[in-house]
Amino acid sequence: MNRFAELLDRLAYEPGRNNKIKLLVGYFRETEDPDRGYALAALTGALSFKHAKPGLIRDLITERADPVLFGYSYDYVGDLSETVALMWPKATGASHNESFLGHPSPQPSPARGEGAQPPRSPHNDVEMTEVGEGRTGGWVPSPLAGEGEGEGYRGRDRSEIPRTHNNPPPPTLTDVVTTLRTLGKAELPAQLARWLDELDETGRWALLKLVTGAMRIGISARLAKTAAAALGDKDPHEIELMWPGLSPPYLELFAWLEGRGDKPVNSDPTPFRPVMLAHAVEDSDFANLDAADFSAEWKWDGIRVQAVAGRDAHGHIQARLYSRTGDDITGSFPDLVPSLHLPGAIDGELLVLRDGRVQTFNVLQQRLNRKVVSPKLIKEFPIHLRAYDLLGDDENDLRELPFTERRSHLEAFVAKLNDPRIDLSPTVPFASWEELAAARADPKSAGAGDDADAVEGVMLKRRDAPYLPGRPKGPWWKWKRDPHIIDAVLMYAQRGHGKRSSYYSDYTFGVWTRGEAGDELVPVGKAYFGFTDEELLQIDRFVRRNTTEKFGPVRHVVHEADQGLVLEVAFEGLQRSSRHKSGVAMRFPRISRLRWDKPPREADRLETLERMLISMTGS
Amino acid sequence: MCGMRPQDILMPLPAGLCCKPGGFHIDPVRPVERALITHGHSDHARAGHGAVLATQETLDMMRLRYGENFAGSVQAVAYGEEIRLGDVTVSFHPAGHVLGSAQISVTCKDRRIVASGDYKDARDPTCAPFELVPCDVFITEATFGLPVFRHGDAAGEVNKLLASVKLFPERAHLVGAYSLGKAQRVIALLREAGYDAPIHLHGAMEKITYYYQERGIPLGELRPARGMKKAELAGTITLAPPSATQDVWTRRFPDPVTAFASGWMRVRARARQGGIELPLVISDHADWDGLTATIAATGAGEIWVTHGQEDALVHWCKTKGLTARPLDLVGYGDEDEGETAAVTGEAQPAGEAKA
Ligand SMILES: [Zn+2]
Repeated sequence: MNRFAELLDRLAYEPGRNNKIKLLVGYFRETEDPDRGYALAALTGALSFKHAKPGLIRDLITERADPVLFGYSYDYVGDLSETVALMWPKATGASHNESFLGHPSPQPSPARGEGAQPPRSPHNDVEMTEVGEGRTGGWVPSPLAGEGEGEGYRGRDRSEIPRTHNNPPPPTLTDVVTTLRTLGKAELPAQLARWLDELDETGRWALLKLVTGAMRIGISARLAKTAAAALGDKDPHEIELMWPGLSPPYLELFAWLEGRGDKPVNSDPTPFRPVMLAHAVEDSDFANLDAADFSAEWKWDGIRVQAVAGRDAHGHIQARLYSRTGDDITGSFPDLVPSLHLPGAIDGELLVLRDGRVQTFNVLQQRLNRKVVSPKLIKEFPIHLRAYDLLGDDENDLRELPFTERRSHLEAFVAKLNDPRIDLSPTVPFASWEELAAARADPKSAGAGDDADAVEGVMLKRRDAPYLPGRPKGPWWKWKRDPHIIDAVLMYAQRGHGKRSSYYSDYTFGVWTRGEAGDELVPVGKAYFGFTDEELLQIDRFVRRNTTEKFGPVRHVVHEADQGLVLEVAFEGLQRSSRHKSGVAMRFPRISRLRWDKPPREADRLETLERMLISMTGS
Repeated sequence: MCGMRPQDILMPLPAGLCCKPGGFHIDPVRPVERALITHGHSDHARAGHGAVLATQETLDMMRLRYGENFAGSVQAVAYGEEIRLGDVTVSFHPAGHVLGSAQISVTCKDRRIVASGDYKDARDPTCAPFELVPCDVFITEATFGLPVFRHGDAAGEVNKLLASVKLFPERAHLVGAYSLGKAQRVIALLREAGYDAPIHLHGAMEKITYYYQERGIPLGELRPARGMKKAELAGTITLAPPSATQDVWTRRFPDPVTAFASGWMRVRARARQGGIELPLVISDHADWDGLTATIAATGAGEIWVTHGQEDALVHWCKTKGLTARPLDLVGYGDEDEGETAAVTGEAQPAGEAKA
């Protein structure tokens, strides 16, 4: 486990893709089965065991450490696993206070006039060497101090003395994974505590990331598979194709990669194919893009899915629905399964259609994260698939074909399916970027008709581009509609988490409304992105200098009519909300500009938002 | 004259800790008539005071930074030497923070307050080790005053650096380290680990590092990085102020690996925030275990907590039955300003920051 932890730690700091692959290949080469297989599973998100809830980890630490100190620490570090890994008390060793007890208090040094020269007084020189850093305990003299005869007081922390053979060795990754699979829920806390005692700081961090299922260390599953392929000098695509048929600890995969075994075959009739993603296009990009090279379609405000159907060993059709990250979400949409009656893999958008009309994302949301999909839900929120790409047609992998060819296959495939729940996402004809800009500004009259409300922009796809997994720059662009914008006043700020834990980077902002005592600000949203790093520093500085009150991690920031900071907030939509005092909630709010030039009194009013809400939803 | 209460002896004022009965301030942030300075870091040692009392090293460092006329008059004090000022007696004791750093003990009748400035209880081959001074009131910093800060073994961190140098012989290694204290300690630790190749220095580090050598701290062969050809810097180690490791200055190095030696590197987000590839947890301040052990060992019944994570340390003191309060002094080592700025590469005069 410590070795795997070390790998994760190094990967987390290594920015270069090729260096990351080098680190991974080195690990796969040097680590034996089955540890490396479980590592690959962990990195690709393929491990399955019941994850420990953060609450359990919290309980473990608060049983062992002062909860108040834990609170301060967590607030500072911003990451539960890391906080606990860092402050986990040492399993052995005297408590700090004990190591001082019984020791005669040292006397002040006599005058020596030597400045920082080595202390010479035999009984006055307190040696605290090594106590902070060496952790070897005892009375180790500093080389500068020379003799170290001073009695000193004992090292305050003797816990990292090399373990004797009586101590259990730290667990391997395989130990951890296999134990977790079968461990009863009641046994988990004690087992975790034992492991935490046995591991070092990095090991503890990795263990907690693993058991809480929060192992995001900046590498994609794709990269881990690419590194595995590199181990055997294979094409990563081959691994991608066989992946759905493999399972941890991938003994046959590594055997094949090392030339000791046959190529594993994929027996899964409905494998997931990694999706292709688009970059947001900037105005400046258009100068280098030729409109003739691209095809455009509406960008639907739904859920990106991959709908896959295939024949099982008996020749029966099986269908599965995947999220864009490869999660199997078939169970949430049983009503779509019968429509997927031909073998193939569609890339498309999940929408709710009522009377042939696309509903907004707010409506679609009612179908998400439901434990039970009731007939009533299915009837009230009829699901629909709007197809825009075809990755496979029967046995044929179409991903290497250019977009235009895939599009013809798709049109033929959808026609053959002939199912009311599946239709084609239409292309948007245009001859110039100006023409497309006009269509994007007014989808209703540019072909989207009554569905225009569910259009959040246009997608640009290069006609000659193959279907490439990941987010390659160039072939696909998304061009969102201009967001809505208001000017709001910064009211409260909170420290961010993770990377931003030392900045006040979460902002609550408000707009003016009439209160009992005249105009007052009412909070309408929270944003924690949209600003540049430089702007973050500026806001952070402003927050620190203009705090009126502190409540734990939250700072109240001055917000008067003529004193405060105006933020230009961009957002994608509005909805009514009973949870917000203002009665409205924003979708995807973000700070688009800092209006240092604007006095707070000139910020927007709640009435403005209400007008926007009415024009957006008609309610 | 010396009242019964400790705050009659030392009182936190906007200019800094003020000793009325002794007629002086400790580490004042504004010009005062008489200043007692704990150590040479710029947030503690400022120019423009009337009279300055400090260790010889601290005075020398102030002279290096501010020039000859940094104060009206100066007086060097030796560790342990007792000096009578007004109604109080003061003495300076090693703080183990940087060369010449001192805790200042202020005694009035039978009551002793120790203002420890910045300190660490961990081993450092470049300065005298921290001396425990029993007292009634102990004034402690809290830079790393959270239990997540446990600095570990500095020698192990230096080995990490050496392993990386071995792994990437074609790349240069840039180690961000504060110019006063940290840089020299890292060099000394490298030497102890057996690294005997020349070590290169950013221009802003030269004066102070050569000063350490003059004071008899062995640092081996040092060379200015300036004037070196790019190819010659492959496989070498260069010490630089943290801000320099993020700016155009680094372009003269072949594919540099950016390291940073700081106690903050213990927290991943902090290291990543600064674009650090090789975080080295090496600190000039006591870690949590060091702070709490030292507080307990002084025998002080009352603890005043200055800059850093005061809340957590004050809380800890209270759970141990000690009277404790934050002093809310401003102008010292505010991690949120100086430190973050350094890590994120905001311009910062060399040698000004700490930790
Ligand atoms: Zn300092």
